[in-house]
Amino acid sequence: MTSVADVSEVNLVDETRVSPVVRRSKVDRAYRAVATLSGSIVFVVMALIGGFLLYRGIDALRISGWGFITESQWAPDMGGAFGIAAVLPYTISIALVALFLAVPISVATALFITEYAPRRLRRFLTATIDLLAAVPSLIYGLWGLFYLQPRLITLSKWLADNLGFIPFFEVNEDFGTSLGVFPSSTFVAGVIVSLMVIPICTSVMREVFGQAPPGEREGAMALGGTRWGVVRDVVLPFGRGGIIGGSMLGLGRALGETIAVTLIISPSFDAKWSIVEQGSNSIAALIALKFSESTETGISALMAAGLALFVITLIVNTAASSVVNRSRSGSATEI
Amino acid sequence: MALTLRRRRNVTEAVADEKIRIRSVESIDVTVMIGSAIASFALSQLLYETFLPLSGALGYVVVWYVLFLAVSWIAVRELRGNVRAKDHLARVVVWSGASMAIVPLILIVLYVVGKGYHALRPQFFAEDQRYVGALSDATEGGGAHAIIGTIQQVGIASLIAVPLGITTAVYLNEVKGRLAKPLRTVVDAMSAVPSIVAGLFIYAAWILALGNQQTGLAGSLALSVLFLPTVTRTAEVVLRLVPGGLREASLALGGTEWRTTSRVVLPTSRSGLVTAVILGVARVIGETAPLILTVGGAFIMNWNPLSGKQDSLPFFVFRLIRFPQESQIARAWTGALVLMILVLVLFVVARAIGGRGPDHIGRFKKWRLQRKGLA
Amino acid sequence: MHELVPGATLGGEILINGVDIYRGAIPVTDVRRRIGMVFQKPNPFPAMTVAENVVSGLKLSGMKVTKSERDDLIESCLSKAGLWNEVKNRLGDPGRALSGGQQQRLCIARSLAVSPQVLLMDEPCSALDPTSTRRIEQTISEISESVTIVIVTHNMQQAQRVSDRCAFFLAAENEPGRIIEEGPTKDIFTNPRDSRTEDYVNGRFG
Repeated sequence: MTSVADVSEVNLVDETRVSPVVRRSKVDRAYRAVATLSGSIVFVVMALIGGFLLYRGIDALRISGWGFITESQWAPDMGGAFGIAAVLPYTISIALVALFLAVPISVATALFITEYAPRRLRRFLTATIDLLAAVPSLIYGLWGLFYLQPRLITLSKWLADNLGFIPFFEVNEDFGTSLGVFPSSTFVAGVIVSLMVIPICTSVMREVFGQAPPGEREGAMALGGTRWGVVRDVVLPFGRGGIIGGSMLGLGRALGETIAVTLIISPSFDAKWSIVEQGSNSIAALIALKFSESTETGISALMAAGLALFVITLIVNTAASSVVNRSRSGSATEI
Repeated sequence: MALTLRRRRNVTEAVADEKIRIRSVESIDVTVMIGSAIASFALSQLLYETFLPLSGALGYVVVWYVLFLAVSWIAVRELRGNVRAKDHLARVVVWSGASMAIVPLILIVLYVVGKGYHALRPQFFAEDQRYVGALSDATEGGGAHAIIGTIQQVGIASLIAVPLGITTAVYLNEVKGRLAKPLRTVVDAMSAVPSIVAGLFIYAAWILALGNQQTGLAGSLALSVLFLPTVTRTAEVVLRLVPGGLREASLALGGTEWRTTSRVVLPTSRSGLVTAVILGVARVIGETAPLILTVGGAFIMNWNPLSGKQDSLPFFVFRLIRFPQESQIARAWTGALVLMILVLVLFVVARAIGGRGPDHIGRFKKWRLQRKGLA
Repeated sequence: MHELVPGATLGGEILINGVDIYRGAIPVTDVRRRIGMVFQKPNPFPAMTVAENVVSGLKLSGMKVTKSERDDLIESCLSKAGLWNEVKNRLGDPGRALSGGQQQRLCIARSLAVSPQVLLMDEPCSALDPTSTRRIEQTISEISESVTIVIVTHNMQQAQRVSDRCAFFLAAENEPGRIIEEGPTKDIFTNPRDSRTEDYVNGRFG
């Protein structure tokens, strides 16, 4: 059945390097081709997204010119001026408020999961964080609008009353500081968005913290370090890339968040410093709200706004993933 | 032999007698915590009532929390010194930070259930909004048209995105071609495309440029733009967990690359892949923004995703919640409840499947083995 | 298999029945089927049962067999690997359910199923306990009747026990590893030509 092969010829002197020739079968070549093709579809789709938004938005950009960046009003359909000078700062400030709250909580949660929690709780918490990420943003928005907002505005009022000297918390005195001026603000929207960002940041940070070298960890413990000592000297320095990258991924998500922001804010086209006062906006919410009532130029203008959002999130996220990937070790699983 | 056995037993007994229990929480810590809680409660009572102009329960809790941190820190420092006090402070902060992330989830679930269950009846799954006016009762009509729409749209999106995503992941992790590195970056970038932009893209490309109408299919195309990178990324992570030794073993047996992937790598990661897909579905099912632009929305049942406007559950909720009438808002909450239940169920199923190892032999596999005479 | 490791280079030639396998004359899958391989750590396919693992090579390389041929093959390969009596009632269990030594013998049976001419064993016992090692060595001597076995080992007693011919392979710092000396096992151990071989077999280093 099997013949004993002749391998007794062992050449002891031949030192030439050999680059092996790999001959693949037809099936394998087809398999590689199909996989490559489906991979290329991703490139094509991304190019198409940018291309089509530009193609549809270019008319509006021609009309507005540089005004698209400097103009804060949005009236393309009436032949009026339009631009993202108000919408963009609002978008960014909502995202920043969200990050300001989400990053510390995410760091704490990720540390809790990797360092503090008992094993069983750890699995439960990981699942809960994943579940938080799966809850639709619509539900966050609804809950924020009906449950959180009425409770949150007391905090807004407190901030305005006590820290009103800071421009962020300043409220126009004409209205007085009745609770009525606080809903639908950047602050409220930012808090809701932060809830959506937390699971994203946490899962990235948890993953990176979990990869902190066990040797160093045990080393720090063996030197008599407290748990906080281990966290401060080993885990946090190791996980810095994860914290930065996770936060930026969260930023990308926060910038593009649509529905929750649309539900919370009352659209404002005058940029202002105050984050607690009524009236805010975001590019995504602008598109969602204006879409159904827009005619040709209006749609084109929205496409241009969408392109701006697309480019911004693209930059933020590419930067973020490069930071995260650099901090991740490429260890493969051994059997 | 007997002697050694007996001695060994003695040893185990001795160990059992004075079994060492390692505790991370010492009783003194608990005492300090309780003491600090009481002390800070008393202090905050005093401060809150007299000095601070804080309002509402929220302000009160904040004051209490800050005081608690301060009091317990001082207590631990007096008892254990500075290093331990810092450790303690970090522990308390981390614990409370983590609970800040969990509490909203519980509140959200409870709130949606509380708001939505009134109008949740069997008809909600059977009727559409055909005979419902703005002033009808919340218990009239239902969201069947929206549920069917969502199922069809997500189903079509999965049919497009899942095979494509898994093949792309195979390219990234098995074929490892020249494009793998840039492709990974682009997939990351694509997963960051804001959902509204995906809708805008399909509107520009599919509806405006190709002259199609707003249909369920347009919605599923927008959803698959969002679904594809999610599936690819999670599937790639799952494939990466398959030990390289298995691939080598398969190749060493003379297996072709295609058979190695299809017979060894994919079956080994099967449960992980299923979990990835279900979690992806759970995420996509709640997407609202792209559907506003693409499906059009409807109040009556449309079974055909290829023509005519369709509704979807999230869009249904989004529209109705903005009505002024109480009954419409109540319907929206019911829709939200159904949506949340769908997500929860998908999530639990995904976790259950994800917990299985690759050597799990399910009912189907058993049947297949028996048919082939291998069991 | 070597070319799968990034950064690895190789030199020399490997002839099977006079044909160099790295010159691309034979499709790579055929080469790999003709050379069976057993790895350092047992790696049965986790998604397959014991029986499926044995015949997995047929499936992977696209060979078709009838049902009865397949059943015969399962029994004969498992018997050759000395595993049949232990697992004949557990053929439907997942491959991972066996013990480490059994898993390794399952891997040997799996390699034998595609009827290789050469069986390459990369430290097959280094992850196993002494009892399992003895069992595997028995298997090796039984199957060496029909298959050429190339075994890599760090264990010199094992090399002495199981081999007929022996080659000493040494990698120095900043230098590619190469074969220092080759010959009948007896000669290598009792009468080595190279001083480094002598040092090694006498335990002065390594």
